Amino acid sequence: MNWTHIFTVYGKELRDMLRDRRTLISMVVIPTIAMPGLLALVVAVSFMVEREVAATPPLVMILGGDDSPATRAGLAKNPNLTIAPPQENWRQHITDKKLRAVVELPPGLDATLAAGGTATVNIYHYEGEVRSSRAVAEVRKFFDTKTGAIVTARLAERGLTPAAIKPIELKPQNVAPPEKVGGNLIGGIIPYFFLILAFTGAMYPAMDLTAGEKERGTMETLLCSPVGRVDIVLGKFLMILTASLGTVACSLLSMTVTFSIGGSILARSIGGGDAATATRAASKIASMTTLDPVGLLAVVGMVLPMVVLFAAALFTISLFAKSFKEAQSYVSPLIVVILMPAMVGLLPGVELNWKLALVPILNVSLASKELVSGVWHWDLLGLIFASTSLYAAIALGLAVRMFNRESVIFRT
Amino acid sequence: MIEARGLTKTFRDKKRGEIRAADSVSFRVAPGQIYGLLGANGAGKTTTLRLLATLLQPTSGGATVAGFDVVRDAQQVRAHVGFLAASTALYGRLTARETLAYFGKLHGLAAADIATRTQRLADELDMHEFLDRRCEKFSTGMKQKTSIARTLIHDPAVMIFDEPTLGLDIMAARTIVKFVRECSARGKTVIYSTHIMSEVEKICDTIGIIHDGRLLAEGTLAALRTRYAEHDLEEIFVRAVGAPPLLAS
Repeated sequence: MNWTHIFTVYGKELRDMLRDRRTLISMVVIPTIAMPGLLALVVAVSFMVEREVAATPPLVMILGGDDSPATRAGLAKNPNLTIAPPQENWRQHITDKKLRAVVELPPGLDATLAAGGTATVNIYHYEGEVRSSRAVAEVRKFFDTKTGAIVTARLAERGLTPAAIKPIELKPQNVAPPEKVGGNLIGGIIPYFFLILAFTGAMYPAMDLTAGEKERGTMETLLCSPVGRVDIVLGKFLMILTASLGTVACSLLSMTVTFSIGGSILARSIGGGDAATATRAASKIASMTTLDPVGLLAVVGMVLPMVVLFAAALFTISLFAKSFKEAQSYVSPLIVVILMPAMVGLLPGVELNWKLALVPILNVSLASKELVSGVWHWDLLGLIFASTSLYAAIALGLAVRMFNRESVIFRT
Repeated sequence: MIEARGLTKTFRDKKRGEIRAADSVSFRVAPGQIYGLLGANGAGKTTTLRLLATLLQPTSGGATVAGFDVVRDAQQVRAHVGFLAASTALYGRLTARETLAYFGKLHGLAAADIATRTQRLADELDMHEFLDRRCEKFSTGMKQKTSIARTLIHDPAVMIFDEPTLGLDIMAARTIVKFVRECSARGKTVIYSTHIMSEVEKICDTIGIIHDGRLLAEGTLAALRTRYAEHDLEEIFVRAVGAPPLLAS
């Protein structure tokens, strides 16, 4: 192994890559602009939808209750609801989203309540639809308030206070630090993004420096020089690694800026004139973005051997291809292979254990989720780092072996 | 000096089984001599030259190039060989100067030496106009000159040309032929493979006719004409290829 040769090859590949528009797009433009932009857009749209839902009282129809004017009047006066006139096919209207909910008042509701009895009020709605859910929540809130007032009055008649029917009050107290909450909310997404970006960042250079060179005929030119094949592999591998890490670094920087600056701008813009909404949005964004910075750095540390593994694996697979196009057909489906374990890591309830610590990608995904939450399982982290490094070393060894095979290098 | 001794290379093919791309090929090329390896497509020319350039390893037999064994001292062989083929392309995003510097560095040359040699080669090959332009924008002639300069940057003792004029227009091909002659004049050992008879007639001191991986005939043009009682090289080639092997044993 000759380090001068390795760095000569690496230096040339770096210069070559920095002059290649396609590599720069995959390494810089996509992670710094496209990915965070997309993420910010999704967050912005979800907040805007929420604000719009909050600003528009849902349309609700009252069914029956002609003999209960007090309840009807109470619902009609509620500023958070818009009462629709009676309609025949109201079920269809709920399905068609022309009505958000229908409140069915039983006969003699006011009288029953006045007499100290109980009654059942049906709320017809469309499960899973956000505006319908809002309508149900508002109606429920109205009847909860009404129920509270009736209960208080009935207790007072018997000389009791509301405390008499609530001897125990349960009060959950959060002990999780803010970064833990944030870690649970977006902790899984961060390594997911890192892994995807690390992979996509390595993809293009891996194909270009192997199958691309074979196709263009420059590989044979390089092989004519008095450089060991191990040196060529390592020089090229370092380049692929640089591209992959560069992509991750760009995305890390960009996401930090997006979440820290963009989050507050978003909170202000969402809130607009409504101070309460702004505060709510700001606290939600704050809880999402409060991550343990040391943990975040540790995630990068955990992703590192995974990036080496990606770079070596992509190098080996692409090298086998005769042309760039053929390499694309081998490499592109691999994204799914990366996505699946990374997505499993996002599922709630899937936690890191000794077995999962040996599953590549999934182990880093799960460990990263814990790390950004401030949870450090040193033994499992050590196992993940060691196993991923071992996989990476095997993949790199395979790359060197493949490069030494004439049937692969001169495959036509 | 090049000395091939029973060079043999077999490949495995799923459909065709074992293929002997080079079969006991033996020849010698002395310094200052141009040896023409003449054969049809698929005759084994490229395989033989790749074996000499250590891009492939022989299955059996061996060779010494510039005094180094192609198996044991492969890196030393490559350090003393300039290999130019239709399949050895240039890096499109590097300039001609950067290309020469890159291969100079890979050959272990110091920066000052690379600069001096680049200047000299640019003078000899009239490359100054495009020396600092990227190769991707080059005409075929410019590419050829840069490729020639690339093979010469380390001043090799042995030059291997594998169908270097393939696909070139007549002017670019003439540049190559002129360059091959100059190499010989400078005392370099030259081996030149082609299927173009006229090129062989023009520049080669010795001709080896290769077919199905075997060297079937060898000699100067005059000797071959006498042996086959034919004046036209094409006729000689056809007769040699159709005749039983003369040198295989």
